Amino acid sequence: MKILVCISNVPDTTTKIKLVNNNSGYDKTGVQWIINPWDELALTRALLLKEEQGSPITEISVINVGTKDTEPTLRKALAVGADDAIRVDAEAKDAYYVAAQIAEVVKNNGYDIVLCGIESSDYNGSAVGGMLSELLDVPSVSSVSGLFIEDGKVKLNREIDGGTQVLATETPFVAIVQKGIALDPRIPAMRGIMMARKKPLVVLPPADIEALTEYIDYEMPQAKSACKMIDEDNAGDMIRLLHEEAKAI
Amino acid sequence: MSVLVYTENWEGKFKKLSFELLSYASEIAAQSGDQVVALSIGKVGENELNLLGNYGASKVLAVGYDGELDNQVYTSIIAQAVEKEDATIVIMSDNFTGKALAPRVSAKLKAGLVTGAVAVPASFDPFVVKKKAFTGKTFVHVKVNTAKKVISLIGNSVEIKETANAISIEKFGATLPEAKTSVKEVNRLTGRILLTDAEIIVSGGRGMKSADNWAPLEEFAEILGAATACSRPVSDEGWRPHHEHVGQTGKIVAPNLYFALGISGAIQHIAGVSGSKILVAVNKDKDAPVFEVADYGIVGDVQKVLPQFITAAKELKANS
Ligand SMILES: Cc1cc2nc3c(=O)[nH]c(=O)nc-3n(C[C@H](O)[C@H](O)[C@H](O)COP(=O)(O)OP(=O)(O)OC[C@H]3O[C@@H](n4cnc5c(N)ncnc54)[C@H](O)[C@@H]3O)c2cc1C
Ligand SMILES: Nc1ncnc2c1ncn2[C@@H]1O[C@H](COP(=O)(O)O)[C@@H](O)[C@H]1O
Repeated sequence: MKILVCISNVPDTTTKIKLVNNNSGYDKTGVQWIINPWDELALTRALLLKEEQGSPITEISVINVGTKDTEPTLRKALAVGADDAIRVDAEAKDAYYVAAQIAEVVKNNGYDIVLCGIESSDYNGSAVGGMLSELLDVPSVSSVSGLFIEDGKVKLNREIDGGTQVLATETPFVAIVQKGIALDPRIPAMRGIMMARKKPLVVLPPADIEALTEYIDYEMPQAKSACKMIDEDNAGDMIRLLHEEAKAI
Repeated sequence: MSVLVYTENWEGKFKKLSFELLSYASEIAAQSGDQVVALSIGKVGENELNLLGNYGASKVLAVGYDGELDNQVYTSIIAQAVEKEDATIVIMSDNFTGKALAPRVSAKLKAGLVTGAVAVPASFDPFVVKKKAFTGKTFVHVKVNTAKKVISLIGNSVEIKETANAISIEKFGATLPEAKTSVKEVNRLTGRILLTDAEIIVSGGRGMKSADNWAPLEEFAEILGAATACSRPVSDEGWRPHHEHVGQTGKIVAPNLYFALGISGAIQHIAGVSGSKILVAVNKDKDAPVFEVADYGIVGDVQKVLPQFITAAKELKANS
């Protein structure tokens, strides 16, 4: 079985957003680029599955649709333990564009399981995984918090609105993962970093695909008015204020 | 032409988000001159279906199928409804269900997708919608270049507006493809207020000190009819169940009122709650970052504050 993990290259989650150029972009100076947190956990889960005794998983590949700037992120994924990496050499124009590029690669390479994160922490799209599965016409299991392989069969835990499910699916399929898929992301060790230099990172030209949407400009949220303070000893006043002034209770 | 709303129900009743989505769709339809069609999948009674007219739907397509959510099957039903009603815009919630279905529907129809929308389109030609980005740190305007569009809306972003419409209910016999996933087990959080649907959320952080201290927090939530939540370290410690964890790596919530009790207000926590209308913080450290984003605050010990909250809330409820 082969697993493909889709890796989105995003600013570190503590990045402060400052808009520039008439709000048409944000300031990228000093931004630290990381593997999207969900994708890091997806990769960690894939590695754990591969390391299980008698695991049917033979290969873990990672893919990113992005320019050369994203290569350090892919190298990090290799250092963490992926076997090989693919970069589709194009700007990630929109979710559809990215999904369609990945779909081309999947069609040519035949992966059994494709892992995506529930969202990229930059544009919070929650889109690529679902689109990819539709373009491939395969099942997608979304909001996955557990992925297991038992006797060659895939079993998943999934969160739905108002509960959880345990389900089975045919392969190939796309799993869109969230909290719970792995506890802590695996950190690359020195040996891994050394080995990553020798692992293959294939660069593919993009397929001819048109994006369906585009980002125009940004808008900062309205600044909050100052916090109204209430004394600790009169905490009950808070409840009355929330009722009378804020009309929230 | 029409605007199609994918409604959701829970135990036979429409969720509040369905009415929000219809209100949103009605505003769009008023500008584009289309009609609003609601799609309902599941076992929902006639009276309940009729309710949808109160929020601007002029027609309901009722699909009786109530199989567990298989993304391919549900996507197929929605796509058939789009074709039947000649819908140009499909509207869903940005919850787990919407995240599962909206991108599939978008790719199937080759319709440009905007997820996490927070407002009605800023303009129709070009078609531009404002959406959340960087987990609430900023917004971005997205232009959709396709004739068909799919939008998923964040809960609590628009007001529910009652606009009574004459409504027709049509049983819709969509063709069902065979499901390739099979559900072995379902655990429903029945009888609870779902975090993602809650109007009020009472959330505790590490400042609550231990799992044993949660009784007053739960009591307070109970009186307010609120859901309970927590910060990540709290669920990591096992003080509270994982489904209560909110933030960047947990659930994203947008209630009317959010109580952050003993929560420092780390950027990753705030990312999950910044959509809240009103944020109340209780923290013994006056410099805690949570006060920078709070609307109301108390510098103090949660153990002293919570009993006073409970007494005041009881009084309020008794008088109303
Ligand atoms: C990639 C990434 C993702 C993350 N995702 C999330 C996420 O989704 N959600 C999340 O919550 N965190 C997340 N975190 C962790 C986050 O950075 C913080 O560590 C976490 O939110 C802190 O939780 P806390 O406020 O409960 O605890 P602390 O930071 O320990 O704060 C406890 C607070 O309680 C106050 N306090 C102590 N005693 C009392 C008392 N008796 N009365 C009143 N106040 C008291 C203290 O002054 C302090 O401000 C993430 C971190 C990373 C790196
Ligand atoms: N440019 C990209 N290259 C590869 N995978 C991506 C890219 N963008 C998004 N993904 C994958 O899709 C998931 C959801 O991203 P999004 O739809 O952008 O929120 C991410 O967690 C990644 O797994």
